Amino acid sequence: MKIVVCIKQVPATNEAKIDPETKRIIREGLNSILNPFDTYAIEEGVRIREKFGGEVIAISMGPEKAIEVLREALSLGVDKAILLSDKEFAGSDTWATSYALAKAIEKIGDVDLVICGKQAIDGDTAQVGPGIAAHLGWVQATYVMKVEDIQDGSIKVRRMREDGYDICEMNFPAVITVLKDINTPRIPSLKRRLAARQAQIPVWKPADIGADTDKIGLDGSPTRVVKTAPPPAKKNVAKRIEGTPKECAEALVRELRMRSII
Amino acid sequence: MILTSVTDRSKYSNVWVVAEFLSDKIQPVTYELVGAARKLADKRSSKVWVVAMGSGISQQVGSLFAYGADKVIVVDDSRLSGFIDELEADVLARLIGKYNPEIVLYAATARGRALAPRVAVITNCGLTADCTGLDIDPENGDLLQTRPAFGGNIMATIRSSNHRPQMATVRPRVMRALEPDPDRTGEVIHETVEMSDMLKIKRIIDVFHSDETTVNLGDAEIIISGGRGMKGPEGFELLRKFAAKVGGAVGASRAAVDAGWIPYSHQVGQTGQTVQTKVYIACGISGQIQHLVGMQSCDFIIAIDKNPDTPMMQLADIAIVGDVFEIIPEIMNELSKM
Ligand SMILES: Cc1cc2nc3c(=O)[nH]c(=O)nc-3n(C[C@H](O)[C@H](O)[C@H](O)COP(=O)(O)OP(=O)(O)OC[C@H]3O[C@@H](n4cnc5c(N)ncnc54)[C@H](O)[C@@H]3O)c2cc1C
Ligand SMILES: Cc1cc2nc3c(=O)[nH]c(=O)nc-3n(C[C@H](O)[C@H](O)[C@H](O)COP(=O)(O)OP(=O)(O)OC[C@H]3O[C@@H](n4cnc5c(N)ncnc54)[C@H](O)[C@@H]3O)c2cc1C
Repeated sequence: MKIVVCIKQVPATNEAKIDPETKRIIREGLNSILNPFDTYAIEEGVRIREKFGGEVIAISMGPEKAIEVLREALSLGVDKAILLSDKEFAGSDTWATSYALAKAIEKIGDVDLVICGKQAIDGDTAQVGPGIAAHLGWVQATYVMKVEDIQDGSIKVRRMREDGYDICEMNFPAVITVLKDINTPRIPSLKRRLAARQAQIPVWKPADIGADTDKIGLDGSPTRVVKTAPPPAKKNVAKRIEGTPKECAEALVRELRMRSII
Repeated sequence: MILTSVTDRSKYSNVWVVAEFLSDKIQPVTYELVGAARKLADKRSSKVWVVAMGSGISQQVGSLFAYGADKVIVVDDSRLSGFIDELEADVLARLIGKYNPEIVLYAATARGRALAPRVAVITNCGLTADCTGLDIDPENGDLLQTRPAFGGNIMATIRSSNHRPQMATVRPRVMRALEPDPDRTGEVIHETVEMSDMLKIKRIIDVFHSDETTVNLGDAEIIISGGRGMKGPEGFELLRKFAAKVGGAVGASRAAVDAGWIPYSHQVGQTGQTVQTKVYIACGISGQIQHLVGMQSCDFIIAIDKNPDTPMMQLADIAIVGDVFEIIPEIMNELSKM
């Protein structure tokens, strides 16, 4: 089996700043981490390989610094890592990001399964996984909480829904996006960590994956962030209740009755 | 599609809503989206269309007119029971190509967030996720889409000026449905599933409804929500009793969920549920922005915290300063007297 895990580097803190020109996030100088959901994607890929054989390849699109999360993926057990990095990729929205990742997956070739995290904690859209599947014309299952079975070129998964879950089966090649429920990621050994530090990680440019430059980066993105602002200010001044617990409770119940809430 | 000229732009009209079904039952978020679509359509002097895809759903679509729809496209087919992403995306993309809507709105549910990005790629359109605000630019008629990003720390306004239709997902309980008008009527169009939609699809083997994985906080009128200040699972036991007393549901902050005191399905906030209840009682929740984005549009917010200066205590309509373990039992006492 050949598995590709898509991983994203995201800002670790909330201090992120936005470039006034491009309205995109300035990533330089920020502490960055591996998107938390993607740790589960990596772990699931590695577990499937451990059970069924094959190889797991991690790919990430981002600035050169994103090589750090690929090293982390190597330390967590993936066999190979590839970075997509070029100024032409910069400013991609989810349409363009999923196009570039799909082109890289085609270039890798003979991939059976692509695993993504449920969503990235910065952009928060959860759109890249299904986007990759659509660009490739593959089947997809999102919000996967468990891989039930893999056999004869098909995968059976448990998908979360608002009122429970369902179990569905798909033929390879397929894309899945995973929830935190799916596994408990391992802690990398020191030995693996050291090896990951030394690993050679190829960097692919648009030409390497045969990407149409009209479909990547800011130019290839149908959406434009035109404005960013702080969240709206909070509405009012609270009515404060203080005193003994009994006094507080009495005052509250009185307030609620006056407002016909109870 | 990419627009290349002004005439291209005029080819697209009407605001579409993709109806949300769970187990072939129409979900309330659909009416909320129709309400939002109505306002946009009025500004564009166009119509609201709803696309309803499911199995045995034809009888349910009448209510959509009462809530503001003008036309409903019904695709009623037993193969559309359960959520087959690939099939629904192909059907929808085909309908979009046939009727050329200007705007398409989806629910930001498990289904909508899987369906919409697939359709956006097939139809070559921009898609904005989890919008909390939708408006029309009076100058050029573009859809202005506002959404929180970075865990609610910034609000971004997004547009897709050069592509049509413009697509957005909206979380349940963010928009409000209009008052239904039982006298409103509209037109139903029937469309079918075609063989070409069925080429590469998954098979749904089984569906399980469980109370453990989902707690539909949105159905409650009152939510009693606990945070790290509840100290442990016993604290949530107290909140359960409190909730039972007032007929409410129990919510939680992520800190409480991460500590394992209560399952994830109760989490309110950016990475949990968005709620818009009549009353929200926050017990020992400091009110970090990621929590606030999930509950700040509740009608009446009560906070109980030892610390009077937390963001939650500022946001609340009533802020009670004190220890939750002393105050909650007293409140339950007071309520018993009624
Ligand atoms: C404020 C703001 C708002 C935005 N809103 C939108 C919007 O509404 N619509 C839109 O189309 N774009 C939007 N974008 C752009 C979007 O953030 C980027 O396209 C981003 O590259 C991917 O989207 P995401 O972070 O939401 O990822 P998600 O779709 O949430 O990521 C899901 C999974 O896809 C994989 N993945 C995502 N990105 C990468 C990557 N670069 N490399 C490898 N794997 C990856 C990971 O497995 C990840 O867990 C916005 C950007 C900003 C700054
Ligand atoms: C990407 C991202 C997504 C997130 N998504 C969410 C989300 O969806 N939902 C969410 O809730 N959080 C989310 N968070 C986490 C969020 O930032 C906060 O860490 C979390 O909400 C804090 O939970 P809390 O208020 O319960 O804990 P704390 O901030 O520790 O607050 C506990 C409060 O309890 C009070 N207290 C303690 N003891 C008592 C007592 N005996 N009586 C009365 N008061 C007492 C304290 O004074 C304090 O104000 C997210 C974070 C990130 C980075």
